[in-house]
Amino acid sequence: MLLTLTGVTKTYATGEGPLTVLDGIDLALQAGTSLALTGESGSGKSTLLHLAAGLDLADAGRVELAGVNLTTAGDPVRAGLRRGTVGLVFQQFNLIPSLDVAANLAFQARLAGRHDPAWTARLAQVLGLSALLGRYPEQLSGGQQQRVAIGRTLAARPQLVLADEPTGNLDEATGDAVLDLMLRLVADTGAALLMVTHSPRLAGRLDRRVTLSAGRIT
Amino acid sequence: MRAGLSALLSHWLRHPVQLAMLMLGLALATALWSGVQAINAEARASYDRAAAVLGQNRMERIVSQDGGPIAQGLYVALRRDGWKVSPVVEGRLPATDLRLLGIDPLTLPAGAASVPVRTGADLADFLSGGGQLYLNPETAAGLRPDGLPALRTDPGLPPGTGLTDVGVAQRLLGMEGRLSYLLVSPGAQPDRPLPQGLVRRAPDDGTDIARLTDSFHLNLTAFGFLAFAVGLFIVNSAIGLAFEQRRAMLRTLRALGLSAREIMGLVLLELLVLALAAGMTGIGLGYLVAAALLPDVAATLRGLYGAEVTGTLSLRPGWWLAGLGMAMAGTLLAAGQSLWRLWHLPLLAPAQPRAWARATARSLWRQGLAGAALLGLSAGLLAFGTGLPAGFGGLAALLVGAALCLPLGLILVTGLGGRMARGVLVQWFWADTRQQVPGLSLALMALLLALAANIGVGTMVSSFRQTFVGWLDQRLASELYVTARSADEARRLEAWLAPRTDAVLPILSAGTPLFGRPGEVYGITDHPTYRDNWPLLAALPDVWGRIAAGQGLMVNEQLYRAEALALGDAVDLPGGPLPVVGVYSDYGNPRPQVLIAPESLMARFPDTPRLRFGLRVDPDRAGALAAALVAEFGLPDGAVVDQATLKALSLQVFEQTFAVTAALNVLTLGIAGLAMFASLLTLSGLRLPQVAPVWAMGLTRPRLALLDFARTLLLAALTLVAALPLGLALAWVLLAVVNVAAFGWRLPMQVFPGDLARLGGIALLAAGVASLIPVLRLARIAPAALLRVFANER
Repeated sequence: MLLTLTGVTKTYATGEGPLTVLDGIDLALQAGTSLALTGESGSGKSTLLHLAAGLDLADAGRVELAGVNLTTAGDPVRAGLRRGTVGLVFQQFNLIPSLDVAANLAFQARLAGRHDPAWTARLAQVLGLSALLGRYPEQLSGGQQQRVAIGRTLAARPQLVLADEPTGNLDEATGDAVLDLMLRLVADTGAALLMVTHSPRLAGRLDRRVTLSAGRIT
Repeated sequence: MRAGLSALLSHWLRHPVQLAMLMLGLALATALWSGVQAINAEARASYDRAAAVLGQNRMERIVSQDGGPIAQGLYVALRRDGWKVSPVVEGRLPATDLRLLGIDPLTLPAGAASVPVRTGADLADFLSGGGQLYLNPETAAGLRPDGLPALRTDPGLPPGTGLTDVGVAQRLLGMEGRLSYLLVSPGAQPDRPLPQGLVRRAPDDGTDIARLTDSFHLNLTAFGFLAFAVGLFIVNSAIGLAFEQRRAMLRTLRALGLSAREIMGLVLLELLVLALAAGMTGIGLGYLVAAALLPDVAATLRGLYGAEVTGTLSLRPGWWLAGLGMAMAGTLLAAGQSLWRLWHLPLLAPAQPRAWARATARSLWRQGLAGAALLGLSAGLLAFGTGLPAGFGGLAALLVGAALCLPLGLILVTGLGGRMARGVLVQWFWADTRQQVPGLSLALMALLLALAANIGVGTMVSSFRQTFVGWLDQRLASELYVTARSADEARRLEAWLAPRTDAVLPILSAGTPLFGRPGEVYGITDHPTYRDNWPLLAALPDVWGRIAAGQGLMVNEQLYRAEALALGDAVDLPGGPLPVVGVYSDYGNPRPQVLIAPESLMARFPDTPRLRFGLRVDPDRAGALAAALVAEFGLPDGAVVDQATLKALSLQVFEQTFAVTAALNVLTLGIAGLAMFASLLTLSGLRLPQVAPVWAMGLTRPRLALLDFARTLLLAALTLVAALPLGLALAWVLLAVVNVAAFGWRLPMQVFPGDLARLGGIALLAAGVASLIPVLRLARIAPAALLRVFANER
């Protein structure tokens, strides 16, 4: 199993007392499969994604990624996993504003030590970015920026792609096109995909679907 | 890691102006600091070389008890008696600034340094015929060889010093048959007393010149350090802004797998690379600054202290390394806050470009309270502390405290302005100005420090000038000063002068320990010249009568303060103590000094020579009398000095001193202006969300730009208002605390409103110029750029 969450609980302190965002979550994801995580706003979807990426730590339970227990791993180990095993696609794209499209596309692959210029060029072509390689993020539309973010993730050939509403900032047509691309490329590379989405329509296109409500899987 | 580093560095490629500001700030800070250090190092090296030229800082001497020359026959008698001594003739070559040293290489002690001739052909040439004169190449270049021996150069000699055979020196200085002193070889000497009138003098424990010039170098160092600190404000501002702009990128890097430690390492590496590049540039600029200022500094030191300093710079490895070290340390210091924030950056914190400004606004109150505490500490240190550390501690706390209070003060004033404003546009203007304060606070603090330093140091120097010139008028009351070459000549001079002058006032002095330190006793004639003019700080009634009657003495301010004396206290002198009946100011003299009646001095120090006289004469006749004196007695140049020449020289020295100070003032203000420019330029992009709605509501871009210009001027003017009392307080601390603790004398403080008004005008002009580019940019900004704020595409 590539990713396993067992009895995971996460609580935040708020002005009105502690707020339990995740409450005893059990979840598993195999390599080469895809899973949609849906639920209302505030149901804990993004928090679950953050825990799976090692960006945050669970208060209780166990998060295991590629055989490593993230709950007890230190920052360098978790950073290493993010660099080598995980690929993150953010809703806000999070491109490096001072690097051009070509440098952004190759960025994570270079960090992971797996930069393959031919593969990156093919991704650029498939994603329709070949003509934009010299541009900077501020010169791109939202859809173009999201395609760069997906390309950056896939160029590093991660085992697990974690996507947080990757089409949330795009119109429906562009969102569909981007998702098509992402699913095709994830399947090509044999990676697993865990995608947070509000949209039941998009969720229906993945292998499995899990719905969160008030911090629990329903 | 390389990818991470390239991502970090790519920020600078996309923001070249920001990079230029960072580099320029650091380079200028390093330049001024290392430039001043280069000047100081060059001057100190010159003093050391001058002191070491004959090893006189390490060798015992035999001198005449009365300070006059030694007959050559005495030297011969001492050699025959077994004394291992070597003759030296020393004097200033007439009509030049050259200090001539005549030596005998055959008997010169082995430890005497910097003597280029010892053996062989050189020695033969040195001793034979017309002889040779060895000079520093720079000194030789400026000397006309008329009547001089063959010139030879040796870079090991200090500037302004010529070395020749003792016989040649005697001829050139008109000292045939006489010697200045004898150097004593280290080792055993005959166990017999010296002939009457000769005494042994221990080696100097330090160079007098180095001590005398300490105050000047201290001022330069303080200025250099201040300029460095102001430069660091620019660096801090640029690094802080770069950190805020890259906050989202840093989070992305963390999310993509770089650990906090790795990112920290990369940022440190980036900073050190930038510091190294800027430091090298700064050191190069510093060399140019030092080379440009050194001739003025050298002229000042020569005129003020008689210290010779080379007019050209040497490159010392220590100076390079120290400059680079300062650049590195300064960068790390300026980046400290950003590095701390980076280390504590939460991985999942939302990217908020304005969070920094908001956090700064929140912390302004805390910062203001810390500033107030420092001002309290400063007041305590200055009121109750003693010595130099308390003075400098108080000074530092005053400056830092005031700087920390400034942003809060501006927030309060602009808040008050907003409450009092009537029109909606004026209210928005005040509110928007208030919002800009946190972002501009560092630049405004730099401006405050630069202005306060300019006011403080300018007031100190101008007070010094005014007081010193007035004091010279009083101390140099006689129209002419004449020095005889022997006691016999002095008697003939006195007799010749008596019918030709209003008064001949002998100037008698003897060296004696005062409170355990080497001091001077002067004999002062009871004459209206002194009664009417001598600058007294405190005195008992009929002070001059008491001194003339041998019932008391006057002490100089240095001794008065150092020993915490009061009027009536007794001062021990050979022949019995005398009570203090008066205190006089004695600027620039590092030694304790007392004045007593001439008769009392001769009774206590019977061997005192009576060679110098002040002459009172109608000023219109002074020139003719001087010429007649020279013609009648064949006195050498320099033996007769007129008051006007001395004063003109002093004024010239001060103008040169001001040239150096003014240059440093302008450079420091320039750096502060640059800090303003850097902050305004970088903030102009960040504040579009505040400007765009007002534009959308109907205010034209040129009008918005004009308001921005007015805002900058308003903030600069408010800072200037704060800098005035701070600068005057700084001047007071320098004059009344630091100067007294460091040098023992206090200068009365004088305020020069014209200078302050001029500085204020320059500050406003600098702020206006600094805001021009951002303002023009706003006036011409494309509407699409403002619309993007509403499109929320970023």
